[in-house]
Amino acid sequence: MSQSQLNQTDFEPIEYEAAEAEKISGQSTSYWKDAWRRFRKNKLALASIIVIILLGLMAAFGTVLSGQNYFDNDLISANKPVSGGHWFGTDNLGRDIFARTWYGARISLFIGLSAAFIDLVIGVIWGSVSGYVGGKVDEYMMRIADILTGVPYLLVVVLLTVIMPRGLWSIIIAMTITGWINMARIVRGEVYRLKTEEYVMAAKSLGAKATRIMWKHLIPNMLGPIIVTLTLTIPNAIFTEAFLSFLGLGVPQPQASWGTMTSDALDSLRYYPYQLLFPAFFICLTMLAFNVIGDGLRDALDPKDRS
Amino acid sequence: MKHEKLLEINDLKKHFKVSGGQRLKAVDGITFDIFKGETFGLVGESGCGKSTAGRTIMRLYEATDGDVVFKNNRVHDKKNKKELKQLNQEMQMIFQDPYASLNPRMTVTDIIAEGLDVHGLIKSKKDRQARVDELLDTVGLNKEHGNRYPHEFSGGQRQRIGIARALAVDPEFIVADEPISALDVSIQAQVVNLMRELQEEHDLTYLFIAHDLSMVRHISDRVGVMYLGNMMEIAASDELYEKPLHPYTQVLLSAVPLPDPQLERGRERIEITGELPSPIDPPSGCVFRTRCPFATSICGEVEPVFQEYEEKHWVACHMYDKRFTDYFSQEETASNQRT
Amino acid sequence: MAKKVLEVKNLSVSFHTFGGEVQAVRDVNFDVHERETLAIVGESGSGKSVTVQSVMQLIDMPPGEFKSGEVLLEGEDLIQKTAKQMEGIRGKEMGMIFQDPMTSLNPTMKIGRQITEGLIKHQGLSKTEAKKRGIDLLKLVGIPNPERRIDQYPHEFSGGMRQRAIIAIALSCNPRMLIADEPTTALDVTIQAQILDLLRDIQEETNTAIVLITHDLGVVANAASRVAVMYGGKIVETGTVDEIFYDAKHPYTWGLLGSMPKLHAETEELHSIPGTPPDLKDPPKGCPFAARCPYAMKVCENNMPDYTENSPTHKAACWLQDERAPKVEPPEDVLAGGAKQS
Repeated sequence: MSQSQLNQTDFEPIEYEAAEAEKISGQSTSYWKDAWRRFRKNKLALASIIVIILLGLMAAFGTVLSGQNYFDNDLISANKPVSGGHWFGTDNLGRDIFARTWYGARISLFIGLSAAFIDLVIGVIWGSVSGYVGGKVDEYMMRIADILTGVPYLLVVVLLTVIMPRGLWSIIIAMTITGWINMARIVRGEVYRLKTEEYVMAAKSLGAKATRIMWKHLIPNMLGPIIVTLTLTIPNAIFTEAFLSFLGLGVPQPQASWGTMTSDALDSLRYYPYQLLFPAFFICLTMLAFNVIGDGLRDALDPKDRS
Repeated sequence: MKHEKLLEINDLKKHFKVSGGQRLKAVDGITFDIFKGETFGLVGESGCGKSTAGRTIMRLYEATDGDVVFKNNRVHDKKNKKELKQLNQEMQMIFQDPYASLNPRMTVTDIIAEGLDVHGLIKSKKDRQARVDELLDTVGLNKEHGNRYPHEFSGGQRQRIGIARALAVDPEFIVADEPISALDVSIQAQVVNLMRELQEEHDLTYLFIAHDLSMVRHISDRVGVMYLGNMMEIAASDELYEKPLHPYTQVLLSAVPLPDPQLERGRERIEITGELPSPIDPPSGCVFRTRCPFATSICGEVEPVFQEYEEKHWVACHMYDKRFTDYFSQEETASNQRT
Repeated sequence: MAKKVLEVKNLSVSFHTFGGEVQAVRDVNFDVHERETLAIVGESGSGKSVTVQSVMQLIDMPPGEFKSGEVLLEGEDLIQKTAKQMEGIRGKEMGMIFQDPMTSLNPTMKIGRQITEGLIKHQGLSKTEAKKRGIDLLKLVGIPNPERRIDQYPHEFSGGMRQRAIIAIALSCNPRMLIADEPTTALDVTIQAQILDLLRDIQEETNTAIVLITHDLGVVANAASRVAVMYGGKIVETGTVDEIFYDAKHPYTWGLLGSMPKLHAETEELHSIPGTPPDLKDPPKGCPFAARCPYAMKVCENNMPDYTENSPTHKAACWLQDERAPKVEPPEDVLAGGAKQS
């Protein structure tokens, strides 16, 4: 812009709008929108979410697809390989593996998700109270957690299965006896970090009670690590269920979970590998998917990114 | 003018237990009054205990000893829920770090209305929003800002949100703990001007804690200087800056760089030696004696009394104590009073 | 005329972010001579830190990008240097002092080692020679008992002493230039005074050029010989320290001077600058200060003003300096020396 192009009128003063100066340009972005944007970039994590959704759908509707059910014995058709009538083959009792796989999916996923969720609730409450109150209460609560960690896990589970009837809920309870401890430790660590923040002190100076502070100020700011831990607890739970089933402590027949299916198929591994292959593959796939999502969430929700 | 006492602080102490059974004497016996409608500035360098003092006065920390009397009511006495709530409403705080004092997951409206929510002051949602809008306007922000999150605002705007939050419950007394230290210079002026305006409109009393001596002079009616948990000097703002009595105050004032190059070039600084002693094991007698250019033997043996040396001008220093004139040469005292 | 140590020409640096390209530094020009302290003053978002980090080549590229310009250290363009070459220059020709003394020092390394590292690497001294020089340096910066202190860890030092140790490290290889980014902001005022005195003494002894970034005008008045005022990624005014304090021409400089309460005199009302700094993702076409300037004219919104020279050392970029503009005086009490003496 050359000087000669300007004329005298350009040098007239303009009105000044104070409110204009305070305007914030740009859209409102919340923490979650930012996190979603970051998460979206992770193609692998997105693919994993699709995998989980598909697995969920199949678990819900898979058994209907093939027209078979999971418990019909048909000894004549025992140990048949993959075919048009039995898409995943049959097991040693002639039951359709395809149907059993998706029925098993329901069981395994249910156990995994329930255990993880119960761990979440107990862990968050335990960790919040312990971390917020601090002092002696914190010491005792954490000692209890430490002691529980030290107890031989298998012993507890075996004892429980002796006392309780074998079934879905016994397994879930056995798994959650110590499963919450990890979440509790993480939550406690976060609470310690956050409770000295100035906005917590501000809330106290406004008269907020401890419960309000925990619920409105601490937990919303910890959701990142909590969600990540939850997402990584799920594959652990699924694997633990499989492991327990391997020891013969899983759900009773004719119910099936991926764990019991894998355990049952171990003997015939040499002759009918597909019987083990399918449930084992899905265990691995589910665990992998949740782990990838958990990692992706961790990157997306990283609290260090404040911009 | 304003002569009604709002707060009486009597020999207030706040000690923290540290490892090894020792005590960190953050605030070690301060006594002063705050009058209704005034701005009392509290200055000192890091480790002097001014922030701890502010928080203890508000009962965010329990006092180790001494008391705080607010409107004839002892703040640290055992109180039931109702009384505590009442106290909370009347004494509010503005915090230093505008980036840390607002919950990043709450909207501005929720942040400002928190006091109202906690005390159940406004029931209907509409009225709540109206009050928040009114407060936003008071601090110079727009209504639309209510739906946004703290990270979308600048430091100065966030601090104004903090002020709106403190005002929401209609307090009488506000402790401002370094409210402008983290802000840019021109924004500091904005916030300080706003605080002054609000003081007049709402008849507020401020305890203004800061380390920026120029700003404290500008905004305060009276100023107190703290060092290592003790109050060294209190006087009216102009009086303190023009006739500082305590050697520490003199050192402090001479160290502040003035935004005037010629004046700066011509200045002579009063040197201070040594390091800040530990508040776990403060020096005997006068805590400043290890670095004081005028210290003599009596300073290590007897603790100075905080007394009214001239009208409304208080100082804790043996040089002004009639009992100890022999310890200080005439020369020293005269030259000290001249600077 | 003293030798030019640093020349920055037409420097423009941007950052690529989610929201767009942030033009942090836009066409910045300045130079620094031997034995001179240039203060770069500005508020957050002005671009002062990015400018200085660009000079030191400490910006990550990406997301940063050099859009244009040259940074000449005694004639050599630093932008053209490779990372390895810069490593040889940083610490040797250029010393750096940052704001936070605690994070600038490695907490797990003894102070002595942090000083001698540079000496051994850049000057090829032996361990014993380096240690002796280290002790001399600690003495130079006023740390008592340097023989004992040199074997201590950073956490054993107080804040002021840490900053002195950092200055010692920065000076160890006799650099031509020291860059100090808010070196005293985190320190108490009495310690700040000591550090500023120390820098001045060292400058007199070694003729080092100093670039001092600060937002504190008191520090500027105390330490600087020349001043550059930055706003919105641009330098809006430069001059000697006297010219800036007593004869400033840019409304932003007036705003800065007016917002500071005067310790030594009464101030009635602080002149604040309403509003907030501009969004550098979409910088204004014209003067960056126009939106907040009480004297803004139509021309200011769309046209970037050129620099007008008031003296060989004093330049300001403002349309008010144009002969067609109305004559405007700075508000009363703003310029130093005009304050009411009590």
